Amino acid sequence: MSTGPAPKATTPGEPAKPVLEVKDLQVHYGTPRRRRPALRGVSLSVAPGETVGIIGETGSGKSTFARAALGLVRASAGSVVVDGEDVSAYGARQWRALRRRGVIQYVFQDPLRSLDPDLTIEASLAEPLLVRGDSREEAARRVRAFLARVHLSEDLLDRLPGELSGGQRQRVAVARALVTEPRLVILDEPVSALDSANRVQILRILEELRDDGVALVFISHDLGSVAGIADRIAVLYQGELVEVGAAGDVIGRPRHPYTRLLVRSAPTLHSAPADRAERAALRALLNA
Amino acid sequence: MTTLSEKILTEAESEIESEAESQAEIEESTEPGPGHPAEQPSPVLAVRDVRISDRAGDREIVHGVSFTLTPGSAVGIVGESGSGKTLTCRAALGILPAHFEITGGSVEIDGNDIAGLSPTRWTDLRGATISAVFQDPASYLNPSIRVGAQIAEVLRVKKGLKRRAAHRRAIELLRVVHLRDPELVHAQYPHELSGGMLQRVLIAVAIAAGPRILIADEATTALDVTVQAEILDLLADLRERTGLALVVVSHDLAVVAQLCDEVLVMRRGEVVEQGPTRDVLHHPRHEYTRLLIAEHEQYGLEKFLAPAPEEDA
Ligand SMILES: Nc1ncnc2c1ncn2[C@@H]1O[C@H](COP(=O)(O)OP(=O)(O)OP(=O)(O)O)[C@@H](O)[C@H]1O
Ligand SMILES: Nc1ncnc2c1ncn2[C@@H]1O[C@H](COP(=O)(O)OP(=O)(O)OP(=O)(O)O)[C@@H](O)[C@H]1O
Ligand SMILES: [Mg+2]
Ligand SMILES: [Mg+2]
Repeated sequence: MSTGPAPKATTPGEPAKPVLEVKDLQVHYGTPRRRRPALRGVSLSVAPGETVGIIGETGSGKSTFARAALGLVRASAGSVVVDGEDVSAYGARQWRALRRRGVIQYVFQDPLRSLDPDLTIEASLAEPLLVRGDSREEAARRVRAFLARVHLSEDLLDRLPGELSGGQRQRVAVARALVTEPRLVILDEPVSALDSANRVQILRILEELRDDGVALVFISHDLGSVAGIADRIAVLYQGELVEVGAAGDVIGRPRHPYTRLLVRSAPTLHSAPADRAERAALRALLNA
Repeated sequence: MTTLSEKILTEAESEIESEAESQAEIEESTEPGPGHPAEQPSPVLAVRDVRISDRAGDREIVHGVSFTLTPGSAVGIVGESGSGKTLTCRAALGILPAHFEITGGSVEIDGNDIAGLSPTRWTDLRGATISAVFQDPASYLNPSIRVGAQIAEVLRVKKGLKRRAAHRRAIELLRVVHLRDPELVHAQYPHELSGGMLQRVLIAVAIAAGPRILIADEATTALDVTVQAEILDLLADLRERTGLALVVVSHDLAVVAQLCDEVLVMRRGEVVEQGPTRDVLHHPRHEYTRLLIAEHEQYGLEKFLAPAPEEDA
């Protein structure tokens, strides 16, 4: 599959080294006898300060990609390089050490999964810092700074995740991913469960992050959110990357039939009645 | 190729026609409602300044919603979470939660003011005249009964069909909602189906008794974009081909715009803007509507797609 255009340089002159470089990644699930491929040779790299959106239908392998990049699932072939380190052959212990450094962080769709329901917001936010070896005072200071970054009040620090609204919880989950100042954050459906106002708020926070040079992988089945935030868009379809390109190109001139169907399916304020016939034709093409 | 679905749609159509005829007979003897000129088709659903209150807290939650639906028309309700969209729908379906009640205005279904409806009459109306699909399809199906049997049950109760006929009709309905293998789905349990398939099954259940009004409350919110579009296209299809009238509730203005002729924008129990979809999109008057549009334009596909030329009437 194509790797898309080379990552753009953040500084003039020398192109920046990618923060994440995935080559020919294959992941299988199931038993050795009945292996089912979830990713069939996916290549994608993410430059510092770049936001790459991964879009695809349910079961297309988006979360599998995230898990492979975080060392939560073993690749059956291919390589993963994080911040210049080839982690393909890492064991569980090495992965833990890498994650502990806080270079790579993640946010999942359901903040209740990224946040321990029994820990106060303060404890949740401080945890990655204490694990990394920060002092309590330093951790407390950073926790407050990052809470402000996601536009939440310090009054929330003593609460449990269950005592926050969905939007607030997701912002806490984002803050938790940020406290260690990672170079790469992988977000798996971070706004899918949120209403429009909360969704936009999270997207704005992510934009500020990107402007600070953090690389983001933004996974979503909602093309609208991906279009709103991503510099490049990668389209996963049945475990393959069928299209990668600049966001405007992928949406303005989609090439693969699935991408075309996606673009025609996403609700927009200017939808035309003719889109319906086009969708029907594309569905027939994909099902053939 | 689509003979079966054609057939059922035509069947549904003729049923609707005959119902409409008998309805017209009834209405000849009654006065036309105020503000509704005689030449307009009579509304299947008329919601007039409906107010809903929470008796427990003695608070009014919905402060007056009005719209009328004629056969084959579609009205959309958008608005922020908690603005009263679902309560409005539930009021029209006569299924307000305990201690909520309509404390002002009126709802007429097919010319019948629901204020005077007996429980038996409600049972007759629900499903057969007014029907609904909600966001979480799984919770409306019995997990331990096969999908087909659940649809057949509705057909036996509401349409008085015999076992064999109900079975056949259930399979036809699964085909109408574009399920690829209706016979297979018919024999499956809810947990064996994906979210999109379940939502189609629920639509099949909802249209089984040939209703004239379908309320879709966030019916596609939990689905993939492509699956969402399939369901919305299906609703548009049913509307055009059978004259089904739609109430579409969504927090996404674009979803509503795609399907509806008229939009209501709600905020905190109040309708802050209402009008033909095109007017609301092109000339939003309320700041909240403008915000909804701006959010789409900034964080949506719109930023890469050329806007459709504005066709002013
Ligand atoms: N732990 C697992 N064991 C076995 N199969 C799995 C496992 N996790 C995922 N799969 C399968 O791998 C494929 C890809 O799943 P994945 O979760 O990556 O998809 P996704 O694109 O994230 O979907 P969604 O949008 O629903 O989250 C699917 O067919 C799924 O059923
Ligand atoms: N069963 C209930 N018991 C108590 N309060 C309720 C109940 N249902 C709704 N409410 C309240 O009534 C108000 C309107 O709720 P409603 O469900 O109509 O909102 P909505 O516009 O459908 O929101 P959403 O987009 O989140 O579905 C809210 O303040 C809600 O908390
Ligand atoms: Mg996933
Ligand atoms: Mg609701």
